[in-house]
Amino acid sequence: MPEPIIKVDGITKSFGSFKVLDGLSMTVMPGEKLALIGPSGSGKTTILRILMTLERIDGGHIQIEGEHLYHMERNGQLMAADEKHLARMRQKIGMVFQLFNLFPHKCVIDNVTLAPMLTKGTPKAAAEKRAMELLDMVGMADKAKNMPAQLSGGQKQRVAIARALALSPRIMLFDEVTSALDPELVEEVLNVMRKLAAETDMTMLLVTHEMGFAHDFADRVLFFDRGRIVEEGKPDEIFRHPKQERTQTFLKKIIAAGHRV
Amino acid sequence: MEWDWEFVRQIFPTLLQGVKITILATILGSVLAAVVGLGIALLRRSPSRWISRTTGFIAEFIRGTPLLVQLYFIFYVLPDIGILLPPLVAGVIGLGLHYGTYTAEVYRAGIDNVARGQWEAAKACNLNPRQTWTHIILPQALPPMIPALANYFIAMFKETPLLSAITVLELMNQAKSVANSSYRYIEPMTLVGAFFLVISLFSVVLLRWLERRYGRIEQ
Repeated sequence: MPEPIIKVDGITKSFGSFKVLDGLSMTVMPGEKLALIGPSGSGKTTILRILMTLERIDGGHIQIEGEHLYHMERNGQLMAADEKHLARMRQKIGMVFQLFNLFPHKCVIDNVTLAPMLTKGTPKAAAEKRAMELLDMVGMADKAKNMPAQLSGGQKQRVAIARALALSPRIMLFDEVTSALDPELVEEVLNVMRKLAAETDMTMLLVTHEMGFAHDFADRVLFFDRGRIVEEGKPDEIFRHPKQERTQTFLKKIIAAGHRV
Repeated sequence: MEWDWEFVRQIFPTLLQGVKITILATILGSVLAAVVGLGIALLRRSPSRWISRTTGFIAEFIRGTPLLVQLYFIFYVLPDIGILLPPLVAGVIGLGLHYGTYTAEVYRAGIDNVARGQWEAAKACNLNPRQTWTHIILPQALPPMIPALANYFIAMFKETPLLSAITVLELMNQAKSVANSSYRYIEPMTLVGAFFLVISLFSVVLLRWLERRYGRIEQ
C-alpha cells in the first residue's frame, strides 16, 4: 500500500463568522484524479487555495508526501511553518485559476519560463526549450510570442496550464478552470486536461461544475457541503446512485440548470 | 517704468545660470521623490503594524507642514546638530522628501490597481516576495502611474523658487539679486515668469505624450 500524497486532517477555516471548512479530512493517493463538487460556499475552492498556501488554516494538519505543509518539526516539536518551509513545500504543487491570472506584461513564452528561471535557476535556453514543449502540448506553440491580451479565454487558460506545469509539480490544482470561459471554448481546455491525465502520473484535484467532465475524468468524486465531505465514491456511484439526500438535491439542481451528467 | 531690452540682454546670461540650477534641482528632486515615494508605499504595506504606522505618521507629518518650513529646518536647524548641507543638497532633499509623500499615494493607488490574482499567481509560481515585486507587481503598477507622477514633478518645478529662501542660486534668486542691485524689477521678474511658462508648456506636451504612451496594460 503506497503512502498517500495528500493527507488532510481536521482542517477548520473561517472567514469572519462564516465557517468554510468544518473539520475537513481527506486522503489522496499518488496519481489519483479527484473531482471536488458541491454547492458554492461548500469549501471546495477553499481547500484548493489552502493546499496552494493562498489561505492560512485555523486548525488541523495537512501532510504532503508525508511532510507537514503548515507545520515543521524542530527538536521533536511541531511548530508553525516559516516562509522558507512553505516555499519548499510549494514546489510540489501547481495551480490553475478560474481567471487565468497570466502575467499581462509578459508574452506567452515568458509567462511559462519566468518561474523556472527565477525559482530554480534554470538557464534561459533550457527553460525556453521546455516551455516550447509544454506550449506544444497545450496547442499554443504558435502563439509563443503573443501577449496574453491577444488571446481568447480558452487560449489563456491553456497557457496558464503550461505555466503551472513548467515547475513540474507533483500535484496540480484546477480551480473552476472553465467557469469563466464562453461555452464554445470550454472543450479545448478540457481536452488539454484529458491529455494531461492520460500522459502523466500527476495527482490532480479539480473543482468543477462540469459534471460530465468530472464523471469521465475523475477516479473519485468528493461531494462537499457546509465545509465537509458529505459523500465520496466512484463517479458512477455519486452521479448515478447518490446515497445522501444532500447529494441528490444538489445533482437535481445542477441537472435542472442544464448541466450534462 | 519702461521695458529696457538692453538690460534684458545684460541679465540674460545670469538668469540662464539660474534656469540651469532650477532644472537640476527639479530633476534631482524628482528622482528622490520617486524613490522616497516608492519606499514609503512599500513600508506602509509592511506586515509589521509598527513599521507601517510609523511610516504613515511620518508621511502625514511631512505632508501636513509647509515645504518652506521644512527647507528652513534642513538648511538652518540641522547644522545645530552637526549636519551641515550645501544649499542645493538641502533643497533637493527638501523637495524630494516633501513630494515623496505625495508620490507615495500615486504608488499606493498604482499597486492597489494590480489584480489580486497576480499576487496569487506569483505565489503559485513560488516566486519570493522580492521577485513578486520586481517581476510581477511593479512592472504592471508603474506604467499607468507615470502621468500622475509627472504631474507632481511639474508642480515641484513651479515650487523651486522656494529654494531661494535657503540661498540656492536658482532662477528666482538670480532674478532677485539682479533686481536688488539695479533697482529694476520688471525685466527680471517678467523673464522668470517667461522661463517658467515656457518650460511648463514644454513639460505639459511631454506629459500628454507620456499619457498616450503608457496607457493601461490590458488584462
